[in-house]
Amino acid sequence: MSDAAHAHDDHGHHAHPAGIMRWLTTTNHKDIGSLYLWFSLIMLFTAGSMALLIRSELFEPGMQLMHPDFFNQLTTMHGLIMIFGVIMPAFTGFANWQVPLMIGAPDMAFPRMNNWSFWLLPVAGIMLLGSFWLPGGAVAGGWTMYPPLFIQGGVSYDLTILAVHIMGLSSIMGSINIITTILNMRAPGLTLMKMPMFVWTWLITAYLLIATMPVLAGAVTMLLTDRNFGTHFFNAAGGGDPVMFQHIFWFFGHPEVYILILPAFGIISQIIPTFARKPLFGYASMVYATASIAILSFTVWAHHMFAVGMPVAAQLFFMFSTMLIAVPTGVKVFNWVATMWKGSLTFETPMLFAIAFVCLFTIGGFSGLVLAMAPVDIQLQDTYYVVAHFHYVLVSGALFSIFAGIYFWLPKWTGHMYNETLGKVHFWLSVIGMNIVFFPMHFLGLAGMPRRIPDYALQFTEFNQIATVGAFIFGFSQLVFLYVVLKAIKGGAKASDRVWEGAEGLEWTLPSPAPYHTFETAPVVK
Amino acid sequence: MSLAQTDKYYLPQPSLWPIIGSVALLTMAVGGVMTMHHMNHGGWVLLAGVAVLFFMMFGWFGEVIRDSEAGRYNKQVDSSFRWSMSWFIFSEVMFFAAFFGALFYTRVLSVPWLGESDTMQQLWPAFKATWPTAGPGLTADGLKFTPMEAWGIPAINTLLLLSSGVTVTWAHWGLKKNNRTQLILGLAMTVALGVTFLGLQAFEYHHAYTEMGLTLGAGVYGATFFMLTGFHGFHVLVGTTMLIVMLLRSLAGHFTAEHHFAFEAVSWYWHFVDVVWVLLFILVYWLI
Repeated sequence: MSDAAHAHDDHGHHAHPAGIMRWLTTTNHKDIGSLYLWFSLIMLFTAGSMALLIRSELFEPGMQLMHPDFFNQLTTMHGLIMIFGVIMPAFTGFANWQVPLMIGAPDMAFPRMNNWSFWLLPVAGIMLLGSFWLPGGAVAGGWTMYPPLFIQGGVSYDLTILAVHIMGLSSIMGSINIITTILNMRAPGLTLMKMPMFVWTWLITAYLLIATMPVLAGAVTMLLTDRNFGTHFFNAAGGGDPVMFQHIFWFFGHPEVYILILPAFGIISQIIPTFARKPLFGYASMVYATASIAILSFTVWAHHMFAVGMPVAAQLFFMFSTMLIAVPTGVKVFNWVATMWKGSLTFETPMLFAIAFVCLFTIGGFSGLVLAMAPVDIQLQDTYYVVAHFHYVLVSGALFSIFAGIYFWLPKWTGHMYNETLGKVHFWLSVIGMNIVFFPMHFLGLAGMPRRIPDYALQFTEFNQIATVGAFIFGFSQLVFLYVVLKAIKGGAKASDRVWEGAEGLEWTLPSPAPYHTFETAPVVK
Repeated sequence: MSLAQTDKYYLPQPSLWPIIGSVALLTMAVGGVMTMHHMNHGGWVLLAGVAVLFFMMFGWFGEVIRDSEAGRYNKQVDSSFRWSMSWFIFSEVMFFAAFFGALFYTRVLSVPWLGESDTMQQLWPAFKATWPTAGPGLTADGLKFTPMEAWGIPAINTLLLLSSGVTVTWAHWGLKKNNRTQLILGLAMTVALGVTFLGLQAFEYHHAYTEMGLTLGAGVYGATFFMLTGFHGFHVLVGTTMLIVMLLRSLAGHFTAEHHFAFEAVSWYWHFVDVVWVLLFILVYWLI
């Protein structure tokens, strides 16, 4: 057997196909990681442009630029693409690049399936974006796809349902791959409780994905049959219940929220110790906190639907279970702060984004606690307060962690240091722009401005104008990011193997840039 | 962990199969949407997508089988397969959980609510919120159906599937003892039981549609009944197909007493389908 394996191993070193065929057929985790990250970046600019269109329409009350239905299409697609096309693929890209390097594995467990997980995403992207040109336009029912509205739409609604199926397939295969790689391919001596925090958070994220993506598939399948095959799952005349969709959807949807943030916790937990030059404070408690968040995430879903009408006992249960999540999340925030405490801190761009993450994500966490209170939530449901809340956790949370991770690992991937000055420019523009967009939305929401509305009452004008200005600052400053990344790929100061003075872990023992094949002989971890 | 550190890990070459699979799914999705919206040639596009998908499965799985027969999968790869199949079955469990959840929610919560409130009493005074139901609106419109009885075909099907769980295990014992006759005989019996199950279920569906007024459109009872048993039936179809492949591979002399994870994976899948059926029999057919 060993002979056969060696004989075949030669193939691994043959020149891979050139040009586009290299990327279409690749089974290399680094290639696939890059594909995920580029896809995510292109989608960031696509869905970001939609956000700028939305903010342009909202610059003034009254209808300026577009038909209300097109506005609804933009909000729906902005949400779907940012979640499934930007944040999730970016984290999967990080997992592809980093998990094998961090655990000393030669590649992912299933390289061919890894390729398919990626190449399903452009298929779903074509289906979602292509639907803008179909009769009736793209879906306009909101990314949450609630019936009965979603059952009444045209062709693009079915296309979107099938796109969700395909993205789910991609996520499930990707997660099985990641979970198997982590459980089965760690270097000798790298026990579970020695794994880098990023690997831990992805292990738990992959579990959440495998548990909830099939539930989403079931929910949208019921939508599909209600639309096309005469079932009555969500129609009270046939004994069904539209609220049932919300229960099934959010049983997926709330764990999904943690799918979008746990890898971010992992990235931040790698970066802060590096630039504080201290080991992560409370490693074991970080692991247990991550696992607790994941388990609790299955018990809180109905806090998304307090206003829909539920027995009081259910409201109380979901209110308290939601508040309980603040405990493990608080453990994490305190651990990051304690890691920095009395550290030899330096403030390179990854660290700046990480510190901004800790501060601003916590604001998003606090507004989440406000919304967790059922009586308050009934007032704030579907207002801009909710929009402010989830953009604080998704933009200054998930997206900032992605920026932090890119700056952190880019020298290892490209072999070049990025331009630190431009990185800092990108950071300050982003952090200022982001707060100008989203902080006023708290006030708009508290004053009662509903979300997903293209027009608004006169008294909301000033805060909306401030938000729009911030949106353009934030949006266009991402071009700086694109420039910095392209420049680092093309050249720049040579990165050392360790890259950062305080960097610890297997990936920093490799040369920069990391060679095409790494850890073909597993390193031994003591 | 300590597995096979002396062996080099097997890294497959670049492969075209995944992108062919992506093309297949895109074609199927577009064809499916065209068919659902009664556009011209939608069915052909859908069929073309399915054909490409089958081509991909033949090619890809064939490559995996050849790799396996060439002895390229060491113990660590074998262990990866075991982990991944377990997690895949877990994902299937969660898919069925969504539909069992819908059944639970409507039966225990939302249908009783339909009978409780004053508004409902005003709208549909004649409606009785009992299970099984086609719902207040459809009932008022005169929709009538007979619910499926557990102690006919469904009971026979339970017997068939439980026996097939025994025969597949017996085949596995044969494989482990290197008794090829027992392996092939056991697999053939399992396939026969699976096919019989599918035949009986097709008959049951036909009977439901033509004699009992029980259709996919028969309210939430019809919807949960057909979606749960239908997805289960589809899984039996997939499982039976996989068992047939295992039977053909056994006849071709594949598998050794020590190295036969493909067979084990199929038997895990088959037992999973079996367990889902037992739940279906109790919750969908029996307790109504």
